[in-house]
Amino acid sequence: MLDNQNILSIENMSVQFPALSGSVKAVRNVSFRVGREKVGIIGESGSGKSTTGRAIMQLQPPGAVVTADKMQFEDIDLLGASEQQMRNIRGSRISMILQDPKYSLNPVMTVGEQIAETVILHERVSRREARARTVAMLERVNIRNPERVYALYPHEVSGGMGQRIMISMMLISSPSLIIADEPTSALDVTVRQQVLSILDDLVTERNIGLIFISHDLNLVRSFCDRVIIMYAGRIVETIDAENLEHATHPYTRGLLNALPSLEHPRDRLEVLKRDPLWLET
Amino acid sequence: MSIAQTHDTRSSAGSAVLSGVQKLAKSFAVILTTLLGLLILTFVIGRMVPADPVIAVIGDQADQATYDRVYEQMGLDRPLYEQFATYLGNVARLDFGQSNVTKNAVSSDLARVFPATLELATLATIIGAVFGIPLGIISAVRKGTWVDHIARIVGLLGHSTPIFWLGTIVILIFYAKFGLIPGSGRIDVFNEGLVEGPTHSLLIDAVIAGEWGVFFDVLHHVLAPALILGYAAMAYLSRMSRSFMLEQLRQEYILTAKAKGLGQRAIIWRHAFRNIRVQLLTIVALAYCGLLDGTVLIETVFAWPGLGQYLTSALFFADMNAVLGSVLLIGIISIAINLLSDIVYRFLDPRTR
Repeated sequence: MLDNQNILSIENMSVQFPALSGSVKAVRNVSFRVGREKVGIIGESGSGKSTTGRAIMQLQPPGAVVTADKMQFEDIDLLGASEQQMRNIRGSRISMILQDPKYSLNPVMTVGEQIAETVILHERVSRREARARTVAMLERVNIRNPERVYALYPHEVSGGMGQRIMISMMLISSPSLIIADEPTSALDVTVRQQVLSILDDLVTERNIGLIFISHDLNLVRSFCDRVIIMYAGRIVETIDAENLEHATHPYTRGLLNALPSLEHPRDRLEVLKRDPLWLET
Repeated sequence: MSIAQTHDTRSSAGSAVLSGVQKLAKSFAVILTTLLGLLILTFVIGRMVPADPVIAVIGDQADQATYDRVYEQMGLDRPLYEQFATYLGNVARLDFGQSNVTKNAVSSDLARVFPATLELATLATIIGAVFGIPLGIISAVRKGTWVDHIARIVGLLGHSTPIFWLGTIVILIFYAKFGLIPGSGRIDVFNEGLVEGPTHSLLIDAVIAGEWGVFFDVLHHVLAPALILGYAAMAYLSRMSRSFMLEQLRQEYILTAKAKGLGQRAIIWRHAFRNIRVQLLTIVALAYCGLLDGTVLIETVFAWPGLGQYLTSALFFADMNAVLGSVLLIGIISIAINLLSDIVYRFLDPRTR
């Protein structure tokens, strides 16, 4: 399924937040490409992984400044795109799946309404057709009795179902790139696998790109094709998921050594020793 | 890869109806308790104030024999619980006793003055909500811009200007100096009594009767006090809606809406606004309650023949029947407004169903 066609290429992107004393750089000169594959971005809290995802969609918080040499998504230059152009792209060509459906779904709209809204917005279809499309999409993410779920409110569905609803909402208009920002962190371990496999199926079936933001090394290793490791706003290493064991950067090595493993029990896990030099490379 | 289908449990429609009935029964129980508390409170206050109800009736020149006879007639020699039972019975028959000042039954006095206050407070609430809520929302959406600053200054001024001062100044300028508004009352003397309608709201009655001259006269009278009260309500409502909206705009589902590609108008009105409707309803209901019993000052300044003025003059003359009747009425209206907003909540927020 992997081919070399790039969907997204980012060169030297930085995101700065204005602060009282000068400005804070949350993302520093990152460059990466995403093809029709699953790319994991991994890093600790504050490493800039979510900020990177949002900057691609130009959804950075007000005040933040995104600069880059190049931000090319298919035939569109994201740097030069107007807000109106970005609105047409968001939800229809690049989508984002957020962490916790408890907060990311509107509590006073039925889930069906929220999914149908995306189709109506981007494809200018009638309400009746949007409803039919929504029901079909709900079925596609393995929701039984989609007609009934359509009329439910977010507080009436479980976390796993909520995340499948989120996936439906974001994939219904067939985007070619999905940014999933910790899509399973808020879920129980038991339903995590369910949600992941649905996402996996859809991404593979439609042959689209996925950026999977996470802090779970094991999850990313098993789920993604490639892994980007971020530290303090920088990309410290990019590596194929299957070669993660052979990572060379000391930060990645440190993370790997801090993971417990059933096969190799150890008395003491390693504590990550941070090298100030990492900040400068 | 096979995926287990999710089984979700949900109560059947029958038990959903049942729980709705239960909720309704519960809120009625709460209302009855509140009402009983209110009755006990007014009863106790009526017995505790130093004004002697007997002297209020017979005057302080009467002899002891007359005093004792009236004392017995009023049932004041009976035990308290018996008096309370009598009081409850009277209230149930809408008999609040006789006013010592007007010599009318308090209930008929209230029926006369309350519509005037209701009309004023309703208009003021409408003005406050129609201008205050959009102002607060625009101010939140344009946070930090000059629009926001101006809206906040307008709100702060309305919040901190005493109503009686504003009323006096308005009368001084627009009545005394330019003669643009009538200074006092609800209606011109020569129009008085022309419309006697079913609603006792002069505006609505005049429309029903087709008396447009009367309608504009009444509107002319109500405009200044309603605008002043409405401005105060607007100040409160705009400040509150601004902070409600700011809170919603920080929520995660707003990011979802943006990631879907929605424009600003859809995000604000379809997504954020739907989430603050319940809060808005609460504060509008609160403001309405506040205006119904808090128009005393403006009614005094504009000589508005309403409940506030009736209550204050009754207080000055230690006319306890009138005071307690008014207080009870205000309490019942507050409970009614709360009940009403409780019912509307269920339509606006699916989580409370």
